[in-house]
Amino acid sequence: MLERTVQIVSNERDTDQYFRLVMRAPELAMAAQPGQFVHLRVMAMKDALLRRPFSIYQARGENLSVLYKTVGKGTDVLARMGPGEELSLIGPLGHGFTVPKAGGETPLLVAGGYGMAAMYMLAERSPQKGVVFVGGRRRVDILCEDEFRKLGWDVRVTTEDGSYGEKGIVTQPLIAELRRGAAGRKLFACGPTAMLKAVAKIAEEFKVPAELSMDEHMCCGVGVCLTCVIPVKTADGWEYQRTCTEGPVFDSREVLWEVPK
Amino acid sequence: MNLSVKLGSLTLQNPVMVASGTFGYGVEYAQLLDLNQFGAVVVKGIRLGPVRGNPTPRTAEVASGMLNAIGLQGPGVDGFIKKYWPFLSTLKVPTIINIWGTTVEEYAEVARRFDALGGVGALELNVSCPNIKEGGAQFGTDAKLLAGVVRACRKATKLPLITKLSPNVTSIAPYAQAAEAEGSDALAITNSYPAMAIDTETRRPKLANVTGGLTGPCIKPIAIKLVWEAAKAVKIPIIGMGGIQSAADAVEFLMAGATAVAVGTANFYEPQTVPQVIAGLREFMARHNIADVRELVGSVKVAK
Repeated sequence: MLERTVQIVSNERDTDQYFRLVMRAPELAMAAQPGQFVHLRVMAMKDALLRRPFSIYQARGENLSVLYKTVGKGTDVLARMGPGEELSLIGPLGHGFTVPKAGGETPLLVAGGYGMAAMYMLAERSPQKGVVFVGGRRRVDILCEDEFRKLGWDVRVTTEDGSYGEKGIVTQPLIAELRRGAAGRKLFACGPTAMLKAVAKIAEEFKVPAELSMDEHMCCGVGVCLTCVIPVKTADGWEYQRTCTEGPVFDSREVLWEVPK
Repeated sequence: MNLSVKLGSLTLQNPVMVASGTFGYGVEYAQLLDLNQFGAVVVKGIRLGPVRGNPTPRTAEVASGMLNAIGLQGPGVDGFIKKYWPFLSTLKVPTIINIWGTTVEEYAEVARRFDALGGVGALELNVSCPNIKEGGAQFGTDAKLLAGVVRACRKATKLPLITKLSPNVTSIAPYAQAAEAEGSDALAITNSYPAMAIDTETRRPKLANVTGGLTGPCIKPIAIKLVWEAAKAVKIPIIGMGGIQSAADAVEFLMAGATAVAVGTANFYEPQTVPQVIAGLREFMARHNIADVRELVGSVKVAK
């Protein structure tokens, strides 16, 4: 974990409301692992004080990049920033994905919207190529498809409005694929909570392991404030665990989707 | 230049500490910060047994601050000693343990347990958390109950006692005086302010707990006033807190009458705040030819 003031290399619109932010952050880029995140402070935000967490998309040489969607105050201000401007970064943070081993399970990645960002490093570092299932509402919600294809991965796209790829939701082609054969496969997922819950259920039905990157509202990012907790099964029952520290990646069998009564 | 101050029998190398609940148990920030530069490390509130805490969402950002309703999630005394004390006991600076309970007896029992542990710098009595159903602020908003908690803890331990007062009272002076009269060595002023925010798109409260505690720079002027009022009412030292994010903020609390200060919410967005405040305090003192930080305490010039 490091804290650094970093400069923006580029911050360009990808599609619609999505942006790619590249920062020069050599030490963080070197340390980054698949599924980890950075906690970013936009000093220009003034009265919005808190940092914003972003999955690490790519770590290349001295540069570290994230993909983000403009959804509120923080990302709106961020989207107006340009090369040379400074941001404060803490990272890399969190417990990421388990990188598949050569000759091990075949990875099936499942991403919703900007959940794709958290998957790239996993695909890049996995010695086993697999399939990426990516879903979004419309064509503009499908991000970095070409990058995954360049890595030699099979990409299956679904859009809810049918404007691109197969019409439907991302779990449909996933289920179809698992029906063709589930043995020796492992799921890795990042996206909206409803999608993650569906993936956990599919993993249970097909008896395949699954790692889920949970998206919870976060505050400090380093484990002190206890904002981003989710209920997790333990040997003695359950407890709240921190998405920023014990997560964001959890084994699907450990995640409780409701707080037990 | 002297930066050291005393809270009862406890000496701090400088007056800058952290606010309970904003710094976990210290170890989480050890990779980013040298904790041995701090005046003291103050840990999150601990009661006798483990506490799960409130449902989520537990925090919400608001203009120049945030709301929280964590619900004092924590490992309890035994869990804390097992998991966090091995690290904290290696620090060269004092560890202050924030304690709470749902009964006076529980406060006293927790105080006894930490007295027996050895090596604890001081105990901070949390009688002001707004986010739990029993305990916390219920003791801090009734001067008789507050006196009872301080009295019981005073009997239970010789460790320096800090009473963390609630801001949610008409006048803070009687509470400050009650804590002083029962043997509290210092006061911590203040805790978060009861508050609420609504998501207008969903018509739902932004916190699962509906209401929470407001903290951050937006509460600083209110906290300054409380410190100023309490400082006129008691002789024991006050630790001032509420929205400190710079050395100037810290100096403002000292001038209002605080002997020490605590950085709270700023730790969440800028973990370097404590070392920055310490460095800025030295710079301020040099610029104003102040040899001893204690010269600043209560030095606000108010026309009679």
